[in-house]
Amino acid sequence: MTTHLLQGMALSCIRDDRVLFSDLNFRLQSGQILLLEGKNGSGKTSLLRILCGFREPDAGEVCWSNEAINDGSYYADMAYVGHLDGIKKELTVLENLKVALALGVAGQYSISDALKKVHLQGYDDVLVQVLSAGQKRRLSLARLLITHNILWILDEPFTSLDKQGIALIESLMMEHCAGGGMIVLTSHHDITLHGVDVLRINLSILHSE
Amino acid sequence: MGWMYYGLIYLFFILNERLYALANYKTQLPMTLSHAFFAIIRRDLVLALRRRAEIANPLLFFVLVITLFPLGIGAQPHLLQAIASGIIWVSALLAAMLSLDSLFRSDFDDGCLEQILLSPHPASILVLGKIIAHWLVTGLPLLIVAPLLAVFLGMPNHAIGVLLLTLLIGTPVLSLIGAIGVALTVGLRRGGMILSLLVLPLYVPVLIFASNAVDMASSGLPIHAQINILISILIMSLVLAPWPTAAALKMSIN
Repeated sequence: MTTHLLQGMALSCIRDDRVLFSDLNFRLQSGQILLLEGKNGSGKTSLLRILCGFREPDAGEVCWSNEAINDGSYYADMAYVGHLDGIKKELTVLENLKVALALGVAGQYSISDALKKVHLQGYDDVLVQVLSAGQKRRLSLARLLITHNILWILDEPFTSLDKQGIALIESLMMEHCAGGGMIVLTSHHDITLHGVDVLRINLSILHSE
Repeated sequence: MGWMYYGLIYLFFILNERLYALANYKTQLPMTLSHAFFAIIRRDLVLALRRRAEIANPLLFFVLVITLFPLGIGAQPHLLQAIASGIIWVSALLAAMLSLDSLFRSDFDDGCLEQILLSPHPASILVLGKIIAHWLVTGLPLLIVAPLLAVFLGMPNHAIGVLLLTLLIGTPVLSLIGAIGVALTVGLRRGGMILSLLVLPLYVPVLIFASNAVDMASSGLPIHAQINILISILIMSLVLAPWPTAAALKMSIN
């Protein structure tokens, strides 16, 4: 199995004539987590969107296994959970996951196993609009489990989760990294991950330098 | 000639799928483009069934506008008959315009659009799936009520078949071309005005050839030229519209 590598090379992002960050470099390998920290508006989400390819960096390049990311193989290896859940509230839990599965490549877990993992078993035929905010979040994270992916890009994954929910996601993240995956995330919460190499980039400090 | 083009599109699909299977032989996992394509269509149809107002709205608009014309014009059946094809086609155009905004709006608002664009499958094909589903929900119902309304306006019987044919060829074009406009404006809060300015001029050729074909048919003249031009417009937009739509969506979510 080839090892994977996510590289940011001399990235910079300018928004409304304001330099959010410039000359940002990082190397993320299998089994590692990259935690982006910084104040509100310091460019965390912008960086994640650059990593997703939604936004072009104003300078620099993002590489996946030494190839630029605007290439089919990158999107088959990554998954993104952003501020928006990306699930349809008029569809049931099962229908949402089936669509997610059809859009990607089948992964490690079947849909029913993934629902068990995020403690949503028995909710298969429930419309998403009646789920609570925390349940919706867990559902959007279940999407990560059913599709094949190596890189998870998570924007504030702990929003609206309770303590057990946070612990659950942390354990899923540790499991993912132990299996050779890698994660880029932003979070306001302190995360406790055991046995995982966590790289930290603080965008506020970077900017003030 | 038309069948050759359809054959080519079909071949393109099959080939694409094989290429994908080849490219992903390492993972040994099923990943078929047509699976994703039909999943998108199925999803949008189920969504439309659960939000019935979306189907009813353009259809109701279409019926209402056409029924208001006789009331406005008064008891002049010949005048009405003369402009029937124009009335029906203009109403269809406006109904299509009205329904366009729903094409990407909800997906844009809840983040599903991001997920679709992040899929390893080519976004243009997935977008084509969405457009087809949109046409099935908003364009096809117009075809079903159109004969009734044509009779209502006093259109001669032999022209009704031609009207249906032009609607069958023309309304998918409205959805395909409209999709480019919606994709460009979906990120704007009030994109409605710009959308009409962008899209309506591109609808004009369809309007001209379609209503002209129906007029000619009512007078018993041959209509091959118009129908052929409409078919070529359909094929061209079927092949060319999904790419700019996908590119515009990528810009809009930025």
